[in-house]
Amino acid sequence: MVIAIATPTTTWYLLLAAMLFSTGVVGVLVRRNPLVMFMCIELMLNAVNLTFVAMANKLGDIGGQTTVFFVMVVAAAEVVVGLGIIVSILRRRPGATADDIAELKG
Amino acid sequence: MQLFVFICAAAMILGGAVGVILRSHPVHAALSLILTLFGVAVLFVAQNAHFLAAVQVIVYAGAIVVLFLFVIMLLGVDKADSLRIDPVKVQRPLAAVVGVGLMGLIGAAIVQGRSTLAQRGTGIDTASGGAGRDSNIRQLATDLFSNHVFAFEITSVLLVIAVVGTVLLARRPRSSGASDGESVIRQNSGAK
Repeated sequence: MVIAIATPTTTWYLLLAAMLFSTGVVGVLVRRNPLVMFMCIELMLNAVNLTFVAMANKLGDIGGQTTVFFVMVVAAAEVVVGLGIIVSILRRRPGATADDIAELKG
Repeated sequence: MQLFVFICAAAMILGGAVGVILRSHPVHAALSLILTLFGVAVLFVAQNAHFLAAVQVIVYAGAIVVLFLFVIMLLGVDKADSLRIDPVKVQRPLAAVVGVGLMGLIGAAIVQGRSTLAQRGTGIDTASGGAGRDSNIRQLATDLFSNHVFAFEITSVLLVIAVVGTVLLARRPRSSGASDGESVIRQNSGAK
């Protein structure tokens, strides 16, 4: 069907997901805007989803795709709650960065 | 052909990811995030996860990124951060070390464990395998509603809790004066 050499294997997908995850980690560590840090968390979640789907395809087990479904739901709930927290923080002190909100006091 | 799709999608994903962490404007970062999410959706299709690809586009690119953009616009934080200044001196070199080290460790683990990857499940039905066009959804639904039905119900509880918690968090105290952003919220939330 396809040439074996030119077919990306599961290892390629896993390596790509690892790169995406590392990029997300660097983003969380480097950026100071809480919204952008949140986006980087989404990057990491997507890397994990990609790993799950690649492994589900390789192992022939649909359970990996089910897990991704749950990860997506939890990510959506997490974004909703996290953005609610960020909204209430930024309303109190506009333009706050991660450094400004290092202490957990209002 | 598969290689071409993989390379294009990988370029989208990595380009978008680098865009998220390097663009100084939060709106641009959110748009780069959309690029990454679409690339991941393409790879989902390439890996026989058609339903998840659709959900990825609808939920992530459609709902979550729009939520991000909405919050950015609502709070008025759509000014460019100055990425030139580095408040903590060693942070960026350390972050680079952590990123490269993590990538190296995970990559080494993947390459090391390459030989242990083997087909062992019952297989994922694909349309090209003659299992019908909606075989992916069918198989996913069977697994979801038989093996993981309790987790599915718990998920609904989680979503309700998240909605209630967000309403509580984002509700403003009564005494505070109204500003522009507040009236927007009031209009959107309807009757209170």
